[in-house]
Amino acid sequence: MDELLNILKTNALETPENLAKMLNQTEEEIKAKIAEYEKNGVIRGYQAVINEDQLDTHYVTAVIEVKITPQREGGFDHIAKRISKFSEVQSVYLMSGAFDLLLFVTDKDLKNVASFVSEKLATINGVISTATHFMLKPYKNHGILMESHDEYERLKVSP
Amino acid sequence: MNTNDSKCPRKIIAKNLHDLPRSGIRDFFDVVSSMHDVISLGVGEPGFDTPWHIREASVFALEKGATGYTPNLGLLKLREACSAYVKKTFQIDYSPKEEIIITVGVSEALDLAIRALVDPGDEVLYHEPCYVSYAPVIRLAYGKPVPIPTQKEDHFRLTRDQLEEKVTSKSKILILNFPTNPTGATLPSKDLADIAAFICKHNLIVITDEIYAELSYEEPHVSIASFPGMKERTLFLHGFSKAWAMTGFRLGYACAPPEIIEAMMKIHQYTMLCAPILSQEAAYEALQKAETDIAAMRDAYRKHRNFMCASFQKMNLPYAEPQGAFYAFPNIKDLECSSQEFALKLLEKEKVAVVPGSAFGASGEGYIRCSFATSLDDLKEAMVRIARFLARR
Repeated sequence: MDELLNILKTNALETPENLAKMLNQTEEEIKAKIAEYEKNGVIRGYQAVINEDQLDTHYVTAVIEVKITPQREGGFDHIAKRISKFSEVQSVYLMSGAFDLLLFVTDKDLKNVASFVSEKLATINGVISTATHFMLKPYKNHGILMESHDEYERLKVSP
Repeated sequence: MNTNDSKCPRKIIAKNLHDLPRSGIRDFFDVVSSMHDVISLGVGEPGFDTPWHIREASVFALEKGATGYTPNLGLLKLREACSAYVKKTFQIDYSPKEEIIITVGVSEALDLAIRALVDPGDEVLYHEPCYVSYAPVIRLAYGKPVPIPTQKEDHFRLTRDQLEEKVTSKSKILILNFPTNPTGATLPSKDLADIAAFICKHNLIVITDEIYAELSYEEPHVSIASFPGMKERTLFLHGFSKAWAMTGFRLGYACAPPEIIEAMMKIHQYTMLCAPILSQEAAYEALQKAETDIAAMRDAYRKHRNFMCASFQKMNLPYAEPQGAFYAFPNIKDLECSSQEFALKLLEKEKVAVVPGSAFGASGEGYIRCSFATSLDDLKEAMVRIARFLARR
């Protein structure tokens, strides 16, 4: 992967000035490259990674395994794209193994998730079955640990 | 006169040691330690923690009961892994049974090497600015340190001409350390070939400290030991501290002809017995995934280096772009103060710790060593502070 993308994946807020210094390019070149990635859709967006456990929100997240029947002329895509459009659905992946789609669904309480599954998801033509698991506690998200631990102190000067 | 006479107490500390100065880094360390919230560019170790799979392997070894001595030379499986790694990475073939010894860091390996080779009065050549322990270790073995100053304008290269100027009939050893701590210098193959010819001509032995070999940013590192006829007269020292971020494990190794390893082993066996078994187990694990770990660290350091150099350029601070290791060695001669004064003032005014170049030998005066192996956030803040410090002068 392009070094620029590697850095932005770790820190999307890195300034063009700093990126230019790290990659031995000019700020203008960096800005143009980022604009190009945004335009052609390689960069799809920028988000903060938040540890919701530390906030007073009461959202619940469910991980749902979905078995579906692939359709003629479209396979799994048609249903997967349809499911992706629901605003409760955060992520959708096509999986190998015992089920087909893996969904991450967030809503404000258990009841809402239950009604999403029974009324919207399970009723889609082609959905054979669902298995819903509720997430209890996040430990690591997008490569970032959700709890910081005290740094082991290092020497300030050494040979 | 009885020297044990209580009226005339004998000197307690041995004369040879008494005359040996403390490391300049040590003095500076005492000052830094007394302050809070210091951003440090002063450490000679990676800002990364040791990769998790290596730490995990040490825990597992401890659980398994790896708590005893190992053979003096080190665990055979580790020596075999080192042999394979050195062959693959540097194209030099060492027998794990008789040409490799596992040591407590390269520091011990260097001490063993010098003590095994130096007779009183033998001269040891080395390029300077250099790692703090070269001259003291030579002096502790009653040898004579012969530093060869290298210059920023030359990118701190060592040339055959410089060597020819300093060599005498008493010269026995040349110590090389490329990539270099503290300058980040590397040596092109052509220069190495010239130096190899010089070594053969004068019948010298080379101790090559290649602890930063993996951290070469432009060209892959080449070892002097891989040149024709050089393996027989070279001690190749390497370790795990820098490329695997394992400084606290204290683990290194020396590769050399059997006769030399046998001599080093005698000292090691009577003074150290063996390197700690847990560190040896950890090092064995490190060599199992060597390429992935090292590539990740090298890529990160390269970006940090570029960032630091671009920042120095903006500040008009003269430097030679480091081609290896993780230090920049900018020149502060125009600021009309000693490197010690500069470092102390920078610490006092902006709470940034750098190491005065004078700690690395007389030719380091006028420079400061700045490590870029720290977190990017610290590096950014340090550059802002140094720029502000320079602007106010």
